[in-house]
Amino acid sequence: MNPVVRFSALARVLHWLMAAMVLGMLFVGVFMAATEGPAYARLVALHRPMGVAILLLACVRLANRLLVPPPPLPAGMPRVQRIAALGSHIMLYALMFAMPLVGWGMLSAGAYPVVLWGPVRLPPILPHDPALFAALRHLHGWLAFTLFGVIVIHLGAALLHGLILRDGVFAAMASWRRGRRDGI
Amino acid sequence: MTEPRSGPRKEGGASGPASLFDPGTLLRLGAIGLVMMGVVTAFAWSAGWLSPRRLTQARMMDALAAVDGVHPGFRRNHAKGVCVAGWFESSGQAASLSKAAVFRPVRSAVIGRFALAGGMPFQADAPAKVRSMALRIMPPDGAEWRMGINDIPVFVARTAREFRDLLLATRPDPATGKPDPARVGPFLAGHPDVARALALVGARPISPGFGDDTYRSLDAFRFINADGVSTPVRWEMAPMQPGGPAGAVTGQDYLFDDLLTALGRHPLSWRLMVTIGAPSDPTADPTLPWPADRRQVEAGTLTLDVAQSEDGGLCTGITYDPLVLPPGIAPSDDPIPAARSAAYMRSFTLRAGEVKLPSAITPAMIAAKERP
Ligand code: HEM
Ligand code: HEM
Ligand code: HEM
Repeated sequence: MNPVVRFSALARVLHWLMAAMVLGMLFVGVFMAATEGPAYARLVALHRPMGVAILLLACVRLANRLLVPPPPLPAGMPRVQRIAALGSHIMLYALMFAMPLVGWGMLSAGAYPVVLWGPVRLPPILPHDPALFAALRHLHGWLAFTLFGVIVIHLGAALLHGLILRDGVFAAMASWRRGRRDGI
Repeated sequence: MTEPRSGPRKEGGASGPASLFDPGTLLRLGAIGLVMMGVVTAFAWSAGWLSPRRLTQARMMDALAAVDGVHPGFRRNHAKGVCVAGWFESSGQAASLSKAAVFRPVRSAVIGRFALAGGMPFQADAPAKVRSMALRIMPPDGAEWRMGINDIPVFVARTAREFRDLLLATRPDPATGKPDPARVGPFLAGHPDVARALALVGARPISPGFGDDTYRSLDAFRFINADGVSTPVRWEMAPMQPGGPAGAVTGQDYLFDDLLTALGRHPLSWRLMVTIGAPSDPTADPTLPWPADRRQVEAGTLTLDVAQSEDGGLCTGITYDPLVLPPGIAPSDDPIPAARSAAYMRSFTLRAGEVKLPSAITPAMIAAKERP
């Protein structure tokens, strides 16, 4: 049996953990921004620390990605597809940083305390500025919809590789069997 | 990304890509499409796009606008107001009930706002209009506490939906400019709790002005002390200055004029009285008063000595979200504070991004009454 060329274990663990967290945050986010019910308070209280956790994990993930090169894409893959893959991954990384930073920044600009859990609060990262608050609140929404759109396409592309092209791209992230490139 | 794009990447046992028109491939393509559509549909459901009946922040804003119109740049409710500043001096007596920093024997800075309920920023003052006090209390080191409190004995709805329905039922008829009795009557008949609460509000004693008024939390919260003991509470700000003569109740801004005149002469003070709820007292329903004999603790004294116009004032660029609470104060099972938190952020987002007309209470009006 040919060994599978996979992402490092850390990359795979982070990918699936963060996939669940980011998708969860998007669903929680749009739900809480569209409810006057009692769940609002509980969801916002969950949304803030989860978002900040994603920011921290994104730092670890980016460092890992830069230090441990990902497995190469299949040899015969067309150039456009390579560019699309790289471009969408860059967008996903950028948004994994931008979403929590904009969330934190908008609460700072709106002079809201950024409560994580009980007495644990983050300092403001932007000066108090109501117009900036409004702009960032809208930006948080638009970036969230962009992120969701990219993820849906990413999901479709991943399934295309896994179910139809079967070129090992899906297995590189999704296979649990040991392979040659298993590092960290 | 510097890795050479070559090398094998084969899945164990899997053959290469199949023909696109192979029936199995078409089936898989269909499955992929279904998965993608499923995710998008679930997202649309979460966002409320498939639920026209869900009460969202946007629909709450629409209901407020249906009553009072849209006034860009102003708060969507309690639109006419003035900023104030001063301090809160804790008595230390509530420290055994709540570990909040504001209840330690310290003096905390306060940014506040007096307002009239309703979304019309230029409405004329009148005795029976609901008045409010909003406070942002900031202890020297410790977490801040925000509140918005009204001069009525109970709130007029148990849930956000009931409040929205009340707004829509009492919205003015375009023909008469007054609520339509044909809409209000059936609504109240179907909501006896609202009718009872409105009767209590209508029967309240009305004080002459802002300065001698009593403002109440209406909503129930929980105080948590250092041992983790949780106590249901409501609170009120009880005025320490006597009521002036009910005198002239004329003039577009007479309530605010009186307030500015009083603040121009001397600081105004209120006692923060915390009511301790019994286990049997309703916390989830702000339309129900608690029995009058409940124990009260005097938690401290609020003193306000400065007025500022909203235009450029410190109360404009924030929202008095009742869930901005320090450790030691927590929400109860009252559903209204969460609804308020959601609505206030939406109102704040809208108004902070809009161009606003000058407020009714102008910097010039305040300068004219200031102490020399
Ligand atoms: C929901 C199901 C998902 C599936 C099936 C999936 C599948 C995959 C696969 C197969 C790869 C490998 C692509 C390659 O070899 O170039 C990959 C990479 C990647 N995925 Fe996903 N993914 C999902 C969700 C997400 C989500 C929600 C995010 C981000 C928020 C995300 C971010 C990334 C990134 C950034 C990469 C590039 C590799 C890296 O540096 O970690 N994925 N994904
Ligand atoms: C990966 C990280 C994050 C994602 C994916 C995310 C996603 C979302 C989404 C989808 C919305 C609803 C947007 C709309 O419908 O307009 C939202 C709203 C919000 N998010 Fe985030 N968010 C993230 C991080 C954060 C962080 C770190 C904070 C704060 C520290 C935060 C605070 C908020 C707030 C306060 C709202 C507004 C709620 C309201 O409108 O009442 N978010 N977020
Ligand atoms: C579901 C019920 C309620 C809704 C939808 C609602 C809505 C609003 C909105 C949209 C604002 C403007 C916020 C801003 O732009 O900063 C506001 C202000 C205010 N509300 Fe409510 N409210 C509700 C219940 C209550 C209750 C129960 C109280 C009193 C206990 C209250 C007291 C106040 C006060 C005092 C202000 C003015 C705060 C200030 O001066 O900035 N509200 N309300």
